[in-house]
Amino acid sequence: MADIISVRDVTKAYPGGIMAVDTLSLAVEEGEFVTLLGPSGCGKTTTIRMIAGFEIPTSGRIYLAGEDVTELPPYKRQVNTVFQDYALFPHMTIRENVGYGLRVAGVPRVEIGRRVDETLGTVGLRDKAEARPATLSGGQKQRVALARALVRRPKVLLLDEPLSALDAKLREAMQVELKHLHQKLGITFMFVTHDQTEALVMSDRVVVMDRGRIVQAASPSELYDHPATPYVANFVGASNMIAATVAALSGPSLTIRTGGGEIRCAANGRRFEIGDHVVAAVRPEKVAPRAAEAPPEGHSLIPGRVVDGLFHGNSYRLEVTLDDGAPFLVDIPLKTGASLADMPSPGATIELVVDPDTVSVFPAEREGSR
Amino acid sequence: MKAITRRRLLAGAVVSPPLLWTLAFLFVPYLIMFTYSFYLKQFPMFAPAFQFGNYLAILIDPQYYQVLLRTFKIASIVAVSALLIAYPLTYFLVFQLKNKRLRTALYMAVIVPLWVSYLLRAYTWKTILGTEGVLNSFLVWTGILDQPSDIFLYNQFSMALTLTYIFIPFMVMPIYTALEKIPRSMVEASKDLGVGPVRTFLRITLPLSMPGMIAGLTFTFCLTFGDFIAPFLVGGPNGFMIANILQTQFGAALNWPLGAALSIVMLAIVLTIISVSDRLERAGRLDMD
Repeated sequence: MADIISVRDVTKAYPGGIMAVDTLSLAVEEGEFVTLLGPSGCGKTTTIRMIAGFEIPTSGRIYLAGEDVTELPPYKRQVNTVFQDYALFPHMTIRENVGYGLRVAGVPRVEIGRRVDETLGTVGLRDKAEARPATLSGGQKQRVALARALVRRPKVLLLDEPLSALDAKLREAMQVELKHLHQKLGITFMFVTHDQTEALVMSDRVVVMDRGRIVQAASPSELYDHPATPYVANFVGASNMIAATVAALSGPSLTIRTGGGEIRCAANGRRFEIGDHVVAAVRPEKVAPRAAEAPPEGHSLIPGRVVDGLFHGNSYRLEVTLDDGAPFLVDIPLKTGASLADMPSPGATIELVVDPDTVSVFPAEREGSR
Repeated sequence: MKAITRRRLLAGAVVSPPLLWTLAFLFVPYLIMFTYSFYLKQFPMFAPAFQFGNYLAILIDPQYYQVLLRTFKIASIVAVSALLIAYPLTYFLVFQLKNKRLRTALYMAVIVPLWVSYLLRAYTWKTILGTEGVLNSFLVWTGILDQPSDIFLYNQFSMALTLTYIFIPFMVMPIYTALEKIPRSMVEASKDLGVGPVRTFLRITLPLSMPGMIAGLTFTFCLTFGDFIAPFLVGGPNGFMIANILQTQFGAALNWPLGAALSIVMLAIVLTIISVSDRLERAGRLDMD
């Protein structure tokens, strides 16, 4: 399929030598739902603003449907943005807000009316057409902003942290709604967020950014199960990070030695030498306390002592200290019939079962880099 | 009960000084003026009466209503020219100037003359526009004029110019505030929706800055309307404004009842303008969240 957006070696430097975006390249396929994920200041918003045309790259090119738009002003690009603060025009009704772009473009009145009604129907706000933005709730404003962007039938819809101002419940509902909208319309969505849940729930592909660069671009499940760097392992979901050295190699798997014991893990195509310093990332929910039966073949056992237990509703979190004193988190799902009384109590010594396929091993990085 | 009484007493104690002040120095004088405006002029001062002769005189005597109309005209000219000068300047400061420190410095440069004596600022224009003034010397020096001209000073033009200069900060301040309140994303959203910079300005920025413009127009109009120094310093014979007439009624003309009626008329006009602008501003004020 054709790339609808192609960002090639784009750099954005600000006066004072701040590199917001650093030689970034990214191709987005038509119809894809791509999310730029990263903490504030990672360059994700600058990237989307350059695609929208609000910022001009210092170097590099941006192509939209094959056309070089790098220096094209925003009002000549066939992309539309949903702004973080919605940016609804307070002096216009909802209908006028949504029809604004069409009206100025000289679309016939009847046609505007039809398209505005249709789009407001899509976002479920047809009854608010004559209201003013100030009278709407946050979620409704969000929908108006969405309708206003969609009514122009853009090639790409850019969404700049549009859900961050909503409360948790509404945000979750909007995530699902956005995903459905994307499936229904078939327009390319480019979403920016610092919320990893949002990214995982909605996207076809997540692009994790750090300090102006792409760290990993992959499907949500790939990202979660096989993070490319410790940074990703930490940013997307929680991870226990363990410093270790490589103790043994055997084909596709290796054994690492930690202060708390030895762990078998998959190399995942990375090459290691015996004695290498590494960092292992282990998801809290992929580890379980050893039950009565023997662990499956190849699984490692690490001893530890329970420090505290926290009830999380659908799971139970154990705070464990390993033998070398390192803290380690374990999430135990609470299935039907599970009883808190069965959970190890603080002070108990337990053994943790670690599946080698769920451990990600990275070469230990030098000081000063992530 | 006792606690409530005490709280009321306390509240009364807090409110009463400003209340008394307003009563004694604003309300009572207005009342006195209002009463005087119905009195009759009678040598050596006036005699109490209740008649509308003073108001009638203002309406039918050309020397009064013409000056009133002239004052209206000058005030309108000053308000509009202040807007036309201040708006582009303020727009440039808020939207174009990226350097924040420079923006604040330039803004202060516009505002700072307010701390300089009004008289001095009005007088400055006398030295610029006069026959021996800077403008004439320049024009003679460059050879544009053979000899100094007296067309620049002592007319309505010089008055409008001086008053515009003096009151322009009162236009810049509200517009600056209004423009600064417009979120940048509003302008970006407009461009994002395919609307070019000119139409974005006309349809988004200009309407959203309307409250600031109305406030600025009200300030400059009302301040000019009541001014009597500029006409005095740079106005010349046909530059007298209503406040000058008013002043002479209490001075040379010694017609307090007419002066009182004039001041009541002025007060009514200014209050009308303020309340209309207040209503407009309220209608135009928008929740920008």
